[in-house]
Amino acid sequence: MLRVCLRGVKATARVGLCSTVSCHVGVSLLSSVTCSLAQGAAEMVVAGLLTVSGGVGGTILYAKWDHKFRAAVEKNVPYSEWLLGLALGPAPQDTGLPIKKRVSVCLYPPEDCKECNDHTVAMEPTAVLQKTDSAGTAEPLTERPVEEVAARLAQQDQEENNVVASVSASLEDSLASSAQATLQAIGAQEAALQAIGQHTHKLKEAMEAEAPSEEKSTQWKDLETALADRTTSMNVAKTALLKANEALDSLKSVIDKSKGLKVAAARPLILAAEENLHKMVVDLDKVVSKVQSAESEAKIVAQYSELVNEAKQQFHREVSSLTPEIQANWKGLTGKLSTDDLNALIAHAHRRIDKLNRELAEQRVREQIHIDAALEQQKLEDQKALEKAVGTALQHVKEEARLEQEKKLAELREVIEAEMRTQLRRQAAAHTDHVRDVLKVQEQELKAEAEQVLSSKMLEQETRYRQLTQEQLDNFTLDMNAAYARLKGVEEAIDSHVEAEEEARKAHQLWLSVEALNYTLKTASAESPSMPLEDAAEAVRASCVDSDFALALASALPEKSLKRGVYSEASLRARFYSMRSLARRVALIDESHNTLYQYFLSYIQAALLFESQQEAPPTQLHSEDLDAFKLLSYASYCLEHGDLELAAKLVNQLRGEARRVVEDWLTEARLTLETRQVASLLSAYANAVGLGTTQAP
Amino acid sequence: MSEKELGKKWDRCLADGVTKLGTGLGLGIVFSVLFFKRRTWPITLFSGAGLGMAYANCQNDLRSHYLLHRSEKEQ
Repeated sequence: MLRVCLRGVKATARVGLCSTVSCHVGVSLLSSVTCSLAQGAAEMVVAGLLTVSGGVGGTILYAKWDHKFRAAVEKNVPYSEWLLGLALGPAPQDTGLPIKKRVSVCLYPPEDCKECNDHTVAMEPTAVLQKTDSAGTAEPLTERPVEEVAARLAQQDQEENNVVASVSASLEDSLASSAQATLQAIGAQEAALQAIGQHTHKLKEAMEAEAPSEEKSTQWKDLETALADRTTSMNVAKTALLKANEALDSLKSVIDKSKGLKVAAARPLILAAEENLHKMVVDLDKVVSKVQSAESEAKIVAQYSELVNEAKQQFHREVSSLTPEIQANWKGLTGKLSTDDLNALIAHAHRRIDKLNRELAEQRVREQIHIDAALEQQKLEDQKALEKAVGTALQHVKEEARLEQEKKLAELREVIEAEMRTQLRRQAAAHTDHVRDVLKVQEQELKAEAEQVLSSKMLEQETRYRQLTQEQLDNFTLDMNAAYARLKGVEEAIDSHVEAEEEARKAHQLWLSVEALNYTLKTASAESPSMPLEDAAEAVRASCVDSDFALALASALPEKSLKRGVYSEASLRARFYSMRSLARRVALIDESHNTLYQYFLSYIQAALLFESQQEAPPTQLHSEDLDAFKLLSYASYCLEHGDLELAAKLVNQLRGEARRVVEDWLTEARLTLETRQVASLLSAYANAVGLGTTQAP
Repeated sequence: MSEKELGKKWDRCLADGVTKLGTGLGLGIVFSVLFFKRRTWPITLFSGAGLGMAYANCQNDLRSHYLLHRSEKEQ
């Protein structure tokens, strides 16, 4: 049972944290009651349930009554928000101080202060945040977006501006109209004043001046016109005054209405309007008082004039009663009056003087009384006037004081506004500073990060790029090298080709020139030598400038062959035969045997000796072969067989006169042989070179 | 042409011989006629002299090559 009680007490303690004493007590009582009554488990359960429900119910009721308690409960107990919301409805968040502040802030933004809009905007979220922080209600309040707030403020500003504009317009209108009316009234009053003054003056003049009758009549006429003027001007002034008063009243009503709007911006306008109104009223009153004083003066003068007129009338009546025939205008009749009339007039005058004297005495007696009465009257009037003046002055002073007060109030308000503005500005400045600092820090961080990333990326890109370029470069270099090598190879091949071609060409050239030489050699006809070999030799020399061997050979050609050409073998052969007979004939002649007798003997020998025409020469010449006849037959044989060389050799063995006879032939043969040898060598060389340069396909 | 030399020499010889002979003959005849009363011995003398001179000249001419101190105009 004790445990049940304790459980119940604990339940209440859990549920009702800040419950009131009575609730707590009630709940604990209930728990104790249930403890005392219940015995079984069911009863204990029932008791527990009752306790819990009682606690909950009490909490809910108290939360309904006390919102702070509700907030606290919602904050501390997890699902209490839901429960309380279910039971009581959503937490009343929209009433309370922050709202009033907001409204006042919204309705009272200063006019030409954009910063204050920002301030109000800044204040808005702060206000909302404050609300959400401080209240801790069931429904979270969403922060209004800045644009909405700004729009709202702008709208409110605009409304206010409209109102102010309308108020100012109305004020201005009414001011203008009232000013106009007042001015008019003042003008009219002034005119009236003037008219009154003039009238009075004229009246005075008319009364006092003693002028001839025509002038008097004109004076009276003028007076009448002046009176008429006065009356009209008085009327005009009255109507104008009425109008001015009306206008002033309307202005006053407008001012009151605009005051009733309670728009701060219009206050200076209102103040100004009120001041104007007051001034106008003051001016109007002044003028009215002036007019009144003038009127009173005029009244006095009028009274005086009336009295004078009365007296005049009486006198006139008296005079007319006395002397009926005398006309009214008696002043101009001094010449026309008789003595009787004059006596009557004088008597009347005397009587009148007596009467007046009596009246004067009476007056003197009653002087003091009259004076006192007049003084009293005057005092009364003065009092009234004083009272009236005091009243108006008081009113005016009151008005002025009120206006002063209003002005001071307005100034004070402005000062306060300015101060508030500066405070707000300071706050905003502090906020902006803080935000700026935070932003700066953030910026730095982000910048550093971004730069890092950028640098790493850049590095990567750069390395990749370098790699690629290097690769490309390498490839390119390789290609270039290969191409260059190939090019070089090609060039070399071409050069070698060219050289080979050149060589071939040269060889060809040489061969051709050698052929030309050979051909030139062949141009030798039967009797005449060949063409001079000079050109051919020149050609040969030209075509073998780089071959020393060929050059040597080409220059080895004998001079004579170059100049004159060589004989062909055939011609030499022919010549040999003619020469042979001669050589036979002089076979015996030599240095020692050269007489005519020897000649004769040699001739006979030649005629009688018969040798074989041709005989093959032996490989070795013996001394007996050195006989002229034998040699000649050997030589002939050799010639027949085309061996000019051997023939020349054999012929060279001749001695004596035979030798002398064959000398020329021998030189010719030698020349030919030499040339032929050179030519054959050259041709062989050319052939060899040509063979060397020709390439097998 | 060296082989023609001999021929030329022989021509000269002959021409010279003829000339000398003729001249000798002529002179001989002349002298014989003039001085020696038409004897034949001046004719033969002179012609013989002429002939001999011609012979000598011819021989000289023929062996002129072999004589060293003679300048070779021909050839």
